[in-house]
Amino acid sequence: MTRVLIPTGALGLGYDRTALARGVAAGPDIIAVDGGSTDSGPAYLGRAVSKYSRATTKAEWRDLMLARAEAGVPLVIGTAGTCGADAVVDWLFEITCELADELGQSLRVTRLYSGQNPSEIAQSFAAGRIAALPAAPEIDADTIRACSNIVALAGAEQVQAALATGADIVIAGRTTDTAIIAALPLARGCHPGGAWHGAKIGECGAIATTHPASGTIQIDFDDTGFTVEPLGATARATPYTVSAHMLYENSDPFLLHEPGGVLDVTGARYEALDARRVRVEGSVWRPGPYTVKLEGARIAGYQTVSLTLLRDRRYVGQARTWADQAAARARGDVAARMGLSEDDYTIELRLIGIDATLGALETGGALPVEVGVLAIATAPTEAQAGEIGKILNPYLLHHALTEEEPMPTFAFPFSPAEVNRGALYEFCLHHVLAPADPMDPFRLVTEEVGHG
Amino acid sequence: MAELGQIADKVRSKNAGPFWLTIDVFCGNRAAFDRISAGLDTARVAALFRVDPAVLKRFDIAELNVVKFSLPRPAVQGTRADRDMHGAAWSVLLEEMEIG
Repeated sequence: MTRVLIPTGALGLGYDRTALARGVAAGPDIIAVDGGSTDSGPAYLGRAVSKYSRATTKAEWRDLMLARAEAGVPLVIGTAGTCGADAVVDWLFEITCELADELGQSLRVTRLYSGQNPSEIAQSFAAGRIAALPAAPEIDADTIRACSNIVALAGAEQVQAALATGADIVIAGRTTDTAIIAALPLARGCHPGGAWHGAKIGECGAIATTHPASGTIQIDFDDTGFTVEPLGATARATPYTVSAHMLYENSDPFLLHEPGGVLDVTGARYEALDARRVRVEGSVWRPGPYTVKLEGARIAGYQTVSLTLLRDRRYVGQARTWADQAAARARGDVAARMGLSEDDYTIELRLIGIDATLGALETGGALPVEVGVLAIATAPTEAQAGEIGKILNPYLLHHALTEEEPMPTFAFPFSPAEVNRGALYEFCLHHVLAPADPMDPFRLVTEEVGHG
Repeated sequence: MAELGQIADKVRSKNAGPFWLTIDVFCGNRAAFDRISAGLDTARVAALFRVDPAVLKRFDIAELNVVKFSLPRPAVQGTRADRDMHGAAWSVLLEEMEIG
């Protein structure tokens, strides 16, 4: 039996310290925590930065390092620093070194790097070793070379290699959400379908229980399946909460693709052992070609945004007409004064209160009390985006629906009115790479840190 | 006729990676599942999201009383056209859909 303690769905989200202590007392074989995903968007990968604050990350990581020392087992984090790029792996390593000093811990720390050289990935693409997944964008070698960061998603094999260095702590770059949980049970010969399925159930911490916010759960893996046990005082796992978690952020609720195969839970059986624990058997692992998924982000322009508030009832009622007129006048100025063609840039006025969330898909219709006009200028350079934002300003401030009325003025919450957002990043890879050896796209670095 | 959101317990939409959206209709009980499963027309759902019905995946999961749809995201996550980074709000289109 291999017991995996999962403190929370993601480092930085918070968790129940009492539940963690309960998990440590229960004698885990490993503590595994996720550090990110693509869910917060492409800028984190594009910039190689963490979404969560350094202070929060350090406070939560500190408690996990103490839990690891007490349990005497490895601590592994996957997709460190939200995106798992090499620079954020080093960022968390730096935090780890600080904490090792502060806590007086002497540690072997292994970093598993997932970062890829865009030129080499472009060559692999040209050589036909990269395949598109369903709904992937059209790309070419230039798209790949334009990425500021590309990561490959490590699976169980690479995490096992990191653990095999004898590390007390593994700081992994991008991994699949499940790999850090499945790695040790698989290495010890637990049921492979059970290992991957249990890892999927555990990857978001206590989300697969009745109390998602409690964070901490443990999963016991063995020869025939796995058992889920939440560690929050009132959290319960039920056959419903566990089986329904395969739906979560997964386009197919029965299949989960991983490096080297696919998990099929069509035949899984969920049984309540008592009011809190669920036993699962019958999941199947189907080995397949060994591929790793790639994620890449590149700059797709620069943006300047502003917010204007319409409260006058007549303008609220005609907000779309007003916004279209204001944007058209600004576009005229951009052409005349900046010489930019409309193919080069965009001005978009999203009407908060009307259809800012759903755009053309909106089906509602009631008029709001007020409308927020979120103006977004996107241009090839930061300076151009800033200029377009400023060209828009007088129209957003004073544009009148008719020529015969006194000049209106609208509400602006900020000065300066515009905010330069910097680069707009976009994900441009939804592809898999077929490496000759699973470790080829990855690198391991092991160091002894702290004082003895 | 009633809005789907008044029959189901919860409708949840989330990213399934940057390129896919997945929407889970938690019906809550068998009667609600049977009504929603029968009343929810796949072609209407495709039209609501303006996607080709051929790429819309549908799963009617009686054991969970869940109807699930997955589709290529209406706008790829984080691109200039995207309005909803986590894919959180598209569920309302189903919630507010009238079914028999």
